[in-house]
Amino acid sequence: MRPSLIGEFLSPRSLHRLAASLLLAVSAASAAPPSDDSLYQALGAEAGVATLVDKLLDRVYADTRIAFLFAETDRTNLARLIREQFCSETGGPCAYSGRSMAESHSGMGLKEKEFDAFVEDFIVAMEDAGVPYRTQNRMLRIFAPMRADVIGK
Amino acid sequence: MSLLIFCGKASKRPWRAMLAVALLLAAAGTQAAGTRQLATGGASTIEGSAGGGIVPWASITGYPTGDEIGATAFLSRVDTGDYSLDSAGAALGLFNRIELSVARQDLDLITLGPALGLPGAHLRQHVVGVKLRLFGDVIYTDWPQVSLGVQYKKNRDFLIPSVVGATDDSDVDIYLSATKVFLAGVGNFNAFINGTARYTRANETGLLGFGGPGGNGRKLQAEVSGGLLFSRHFAVGAEYRMKSGSLPGLPEDDWRDVFVAWFPNRHVSVVLAYVDLGTIATLNDQTGWYLSLQGAF
Repeated sequence: MRPSLIGEFLSPRSLHRLAASLLLAVSAASAAPPSDDSLYQALGAEAGVATLVDKLLDRVYADTRIAFLFAETDRTNLARLIREQFCSETGGPCAYSGRSMAESHSGMGLKEKEFDAFVEDFIVAMEDAGVPYRTQNRMLRIFAPMRADVIGK
Repeated sequence: MSLLIFCGKASKRPWRAMLAVALLLAAAGTQAAGTRQLATGGASTIEGSAGGGIVPWASITGYPTGDEIGATAFLSRVDTGDYSLDSAGAALGLFNRIELSVARQDLDLITLGPALGLPGAHLRQHVVGVKLRLFGDVIYTDWPQVSLGVQYKKNRDFLIPSVVGATDDSDVDIYLSATKVFLAGVGNFNAFINGTARYTRANETGLLGFGGPGGNGRKLQAEVSGGLLFSRHFAVGAEYRMKSGSLPGLPEDDWRDVFVAWFPNRHVSVVLAYVDLGTIATLNDQTGWYLSLQGAF
């Protein structure tokens, strides 16, 4: 006689398989950058990303809460690296040539309030650049988890 | 502090007081209110803890990051025709870790008072809350923000509750909340979900005292809320709060509501809800409107 469907579903082996496939799905969702370039296109591709990064750095360099953190940073070089990062993280045809988030922020001792101020500038810059709200959310989903790599290092 | 006293005194005329708070906040203008992202502090519940309207969240009130201190003050009213409940209070958020809150509630027994031969009867309660964020961040971590809270409640009009069988005029609710925002979670809108487990022996949240013939021990109650942010400034959602109570003669219903919340900036938020509170103290079909105003500093 065949075991009941529920019995089959709850058997240790199928639970194992379920757990494994859930883990796979979760790691696939959180790890690899998007394989499609829909977010890159939604940002307006190369020109859109360039405008966004310009508006972001305009905000950041004028924001007394965090501008001092960038006093020694060459804006032109920083803008290029952020354009590369935005492009590669959103599925665009670029490679990011900078150091990892953890490396580039080590020794800075960034505070939570400075990180949140930057995020706010980023959101307002996206609004300035005319990035639709739902596209803004997709950007935040990519970059929010990086907080752990940049704070208090 | 002066604002708290002001809120308390003003609770008899909440609409005028709300307007006054709004004007104060407008005058406060660009004064800092912390740096956390908009809406992450939630609103103020009727019991004073940060959350929705009836379900607390794991969030620490206001907008302080781990480097900052923030404060909030609120006024709210829910009106079902037979009852109206005014709440007013204030809370302090310390370093996005600890929340201290106080609230005073005033329930007007609009229908029951005259029926009991006690026209103008009110049931008042004070609530003092402490909430500790255990771990996580509502938006920045993959796991939820989880907080443990206690609410010490002291009923100020215990005559009616004692007559209907409540054994104590004060007690402590203990709750554990988990709150998570899923960025671009539903149709690329940000979605939030919150679950709270409350260990309580309150009758009608304490307005009818604590314990009674139905049992004197605490019971575990589930509370959930969730919704979507349709922009940075607007959220739409729903809440559900299980209740049981220990007064067999006055069975309680679970509470639920749907709400719209508006966060124009870090200083002000407004929540409007349609509530369904079921049967409260023998009066059926208690539905009505809820309005809450919060200021953050």
